[in-house]
Amino acid sequence: MLPSRMPGGCAQLPPLLAVLLALLCCGCGPSSSSHRRSLTVWAMGQEGEVITQLLPEFARLHPDIEVRVQQLPWSAAHQKLLTAFAGDATPDLCQLGNSWIAEFVALEAIEPLEDRAGRSAVVQPADYFAGIWDTNVLGGHLYGVPWYVDTRLLFYRRDLLAQAGFAEPPRTWAEWSRMLTAIKAQVGPERYSVLLPLNEFEPLLVLALEESDPLLRDDDRFGNFRSAGFRRALGFYREAFVRGWAPPVANTQISNVWDELGNGYYSFYISGPWNIAEFRRRLPPERQDTWMTAPMPGPDGPGASLAGGSSLVVFRRSRHQEEAWLLLEFLSEPAVQRRFYELTGDLPPRRSSWSAPELAQNVYTRAFRQQLERVKPSPKVPQLERIVTEMRLVAERVVHGDLSVDAGAVELDHTVDAILAKRRWMLARGEPAP
Amino acid sequence: MRVSLAGWLFAAPALVIIAVFFFLPVLGALALSLTDFDLYALADLRNLRFVGLDNYWQLMQSRDFWRALANTSYFVALGVPLSLLASLGAALLVHSRLTRWPALFRTAFFAPVVTTLVAVALVWRYLLHTRYGLLNWALGALGVHPVDWLGDPRWAMPAIILFAVWKNFGFNMIIFIAALQAIPQDLYEAARLDGAGPWQEFSRVTLPTLRPTMALVAILTVAGYFQLFAEPYVITEGGPLQSTVSVLYLMYEEGFKWWNLGGASAIAFLLFGVVVSVTALQMRVLRRIEAP
Repeated sequence: MLPSRMPGGCAQLPPLLAVLLALLCCGCGPSSSSHRRSLTVWAMGQEGEVITQLLPEFARLHPDIEVRVQQLPWSAAHQKLLTAFAGDATPDLCQLGNSWIAEFVALEAIEPLEDRAGRSAVVQPADYFAGIWDTNVLGGHLYGVPWYVDTRLLFYRRDLLAQAGFAEPPRTWAEWSRMLTAIKAQVGPERYSVLLPLNEFEPLLVLALEESDPLLRDDDRFGNFRSAGFRRALGFYREAFVRGWAPPVANTQISNVWDELGNGYYSFYISGPWNIAEFRRRLPPERQDTWMTAPMPGPDGPGASLAGGSSLVVFRRSRHQEEAWLLLEFLSEPAVQRRFYELTGDLPPRRSSWSAPELAQNVYTRAFRQQLERVKPSPKVPQLERIVTEMRLVAERVVHGDLSVDAGAVELDHTVDAILAKRRWMLARGEPAP
Repeated sequence: MRVSLAGWLFAAPALVIIAVFFFLPVLGALALSLTDFDLYALADLRNLRFVGLDNYWQLMQSRDFWRALANTSYFVALGVPLSLLASLGAALLVHSRLTRWPALFRTAFFAPVVTTLVAVALVWRYLLHTRYGLLNWALGALGVHPVDWLGDPRWAMPAIILFAVWKNFGFNMIIFIAALQAIPQDLYEAARLDGAGPWQEFSRVTLPTLRPTMALVAILTVAGYFQLFAEPYVITEGGPLQSTVSVLYLMYEEGFKWWNLGGASAIAFLLFGVVVSVTALQMRVLRRIEAP
């Protein structure tokens, strides 16, 4: 049987080759015949949904660039980016939380952009809020361009504050303490004056950034939590719980933070810009004129807050960096940023974008505009998230009375020094990495 | 010789798969646990240092690790007996001839096992809510002060145990029901003829016959409960005051949150060691009980 089949098999070889050749041609066909260049963009959460609505305009301006957007959920984004880096599958342009930039610089995964920014007619550093811009600058290089900003400030109940005898929101910690005491005295033991969720590091980080002492010292080699400034911030934070201003809870225990502010369970809440839309949507119409936003009070005068938000970065392994920059420039134009704000509620990072009437005349965003002039970058080390998490854990123990403020500061320095050990080793070897 | 060769050949595909997908990764993880593989090493392998047993040494001195192990042991020590009692109780009730619609109850008790953990965990978070939760409302009706289930470090782990037992007892219940059905009726008849009451029937016939099943279920449950992760991950995120951080949760944070894969692998091997020793101890104790 076999020998008789052989010739037939041989005769079939040429067509098989032809099929293979045809397949090969198909494989290389599109890239060689068409001049459309494709660009892969990764964006997270809501921004990932909305960016596609901005793209038709970009397609009109650059018909030869095909943009493919991949949407990542925030909860999986960090993991997915690291996996993509390890697997050599990074996108061309990507949205990156600006506290992650140091990490991706350490990986040498993202491209310095200062040369392109220097030549650009659109991206003008002076127009950006300084603190936000600064989060993208490491070791003299620019690694990202801010896309939208995020900071934390006070959401508060105007009516409850007025009942307690105060017409204006606080400007200093001392004023704020008086208000918190007065409100607590009014609302009684079942209610509180402020919500500082124990599972969020942001409120304490904001207080710590308001002090002039940096969180890390010696070129970010060691923790600096024993500084007088941090101990003052931690002391104020502790006082809020000890004096009954804040309930000692995590926000997983508050079933609905918006309703509870509406109910007057607390009168102050430190939160971010996304909550403007949430409070508008979730509080009943008759409650709408009772809440307002205000910039953070500081130790002695208007306080700083954290410089959060997302930047757009270009990956080093991208073969379409030119096209990625074009899209980045397009997304940085004030007109596009305004449209982006309308679609998402994300606040724009450029002062000129804020002149739009819907932002300039919005009573709730006004405080953010003021706060953005006073935002301060957190330490730019890849271990930042772990460090602020340890800070939160120590603060939780201080609040529960397991540690004093001073002992907490010592313990925190000890932990953070251990976390930074490898960084010190890298720096000692003369590695330029952050 | 030929037969054994054929045997090896037949077994080869499975052996190769086990070697490639089980033993190699385990060896890789063991090697990883002897290094300080982290973000910097991911960037450039020259930043990888061989640290010997340093990761293990650090863990031995780490407050976090011992607390995680203590939390996990607490969960196992309280959760496993509760879970076994609940499973056995439910199995006896469902199996009882007096029970109407046993199929309905069997399904109802088994339902939590097949529901999505995240979804039911969210529901439980509401049940356990300090001010609006059903559980505190019921306790309040009995005159008990509200318990801050998820906010008080003393109560968070019991709340997690309650949830885990509720979620898992149905699985063991099914195994127990199968074992109960396998007990020959003539044993009971003989016992009754000898004048045994219901309690004696249970303690002299049912329990001894169930013993092998009990041993199996206990070993499986202990090994499973040591790997506590999803419950605290969804309900408490390890809080309050790290009171619900389990060993596996610590490993997850170390490895996938902070990207310290060296340290995380060391935690994994320590947990493996703990589970193996506890299981070996269990086997030994059970064998000694069975032997005489």
